[in-house]
Amino acid sequence: MSVHSLIFYLIAALILGGGFMAVTSRKIFRSAVYLLFSLIGIAGLYFWMEYEFLAAVQIIVYVGGIVVLIIFSIFLTQTASLDMPRPKLNRRLFAGLAVLCGFLLTLTTLLQHTFLPSLEPAAEVSVSAIGLKMLSVEEGGYALPFEVVSILLLAAMIGCIVIAIKTPGDK
Amino acid sequence: MNQIGLTELLILSTTLFFIGIYGFLTRRNLIVMLMSVELLLNSVNINFLAFNKYLFPGKMEGVFFSIFIIAIAAAEAAVAIAIIINLYRRHKSIDVEDAEVMKD
Repeated sequence: MSVHSLIFYLIAALILGGGFMAVTSRKIFRSAVYLLFSLIGIAGLYFWMEYEFLAAVQIIVYVGGIVVLIIFSIFLTQTASLDMPRPKLNRRLFAGLAVLCGFLLTLTTLLQHTFLPSLEPAAEVSVSAIGLKMLSVEEGGYALPFEVVSILLLAAMIGCIVIAIKTPGDK
Repeated sequence: MNQIGLTELLILSTTLFFIGIYGFLTRRNLIVMLMSVELLLNSVNINFLAFNKYLFPGKMEGVFFSIFIIAIAAAEAAVAIAIIINLYRRHKSIDVEDAEVMKD
């Protein structure tokens, strides 16, 4: 086994272990920290796949933004030391069953299908190439989705302020 | 199992996806459900990048889809947390069973 694949298995173990502990841990703060490790593992996977820009974006947006936001909201909404109630056995059983069926179905489909590897030369996914394509208005450019996403982010920001604002009349 | 190919990456993302589904179905806490949704979105991102890398290395569509998914996930998390904090302020609970008063 080469070092390259060994690193892949280590990263995969980090992602899956972190994700599994995040959804099963009964302390909500620990859950958030396990999610953090899982997201860092995914950033590592992007580095492993040689998408450096995506890995940087993953670390900045998820690890630096979303997880910090989640931890803040945990502190704002409840005492972090309190255990969450264990989910009902019934619910765990049926959720596990549904997940197992879906997983096996997807896995059999996946393993039966043979993917034809591409022979075309690999394009360089550098930051400048991404930036040029992102702002290109020619065919295959992404200027329109870029603008739509920026409007969406603006709308989400204003929406958050409107939802979470505390008017003086509220108790 | 010497060379890591597309299949290994897809198995990884499938497993992560169903871990997220399990968390979404079993937990009743809104914040943990939000975390499960983040896991789902991340597994989809891994899929996009794996297909881009192994099947269409000359194109960059998968990279752009991933970037847009990350942007939308950030907006979604921010709106969801605003709603959760507002709900907690009114009802002192972030259990999903108590959230049905939102429709009144």
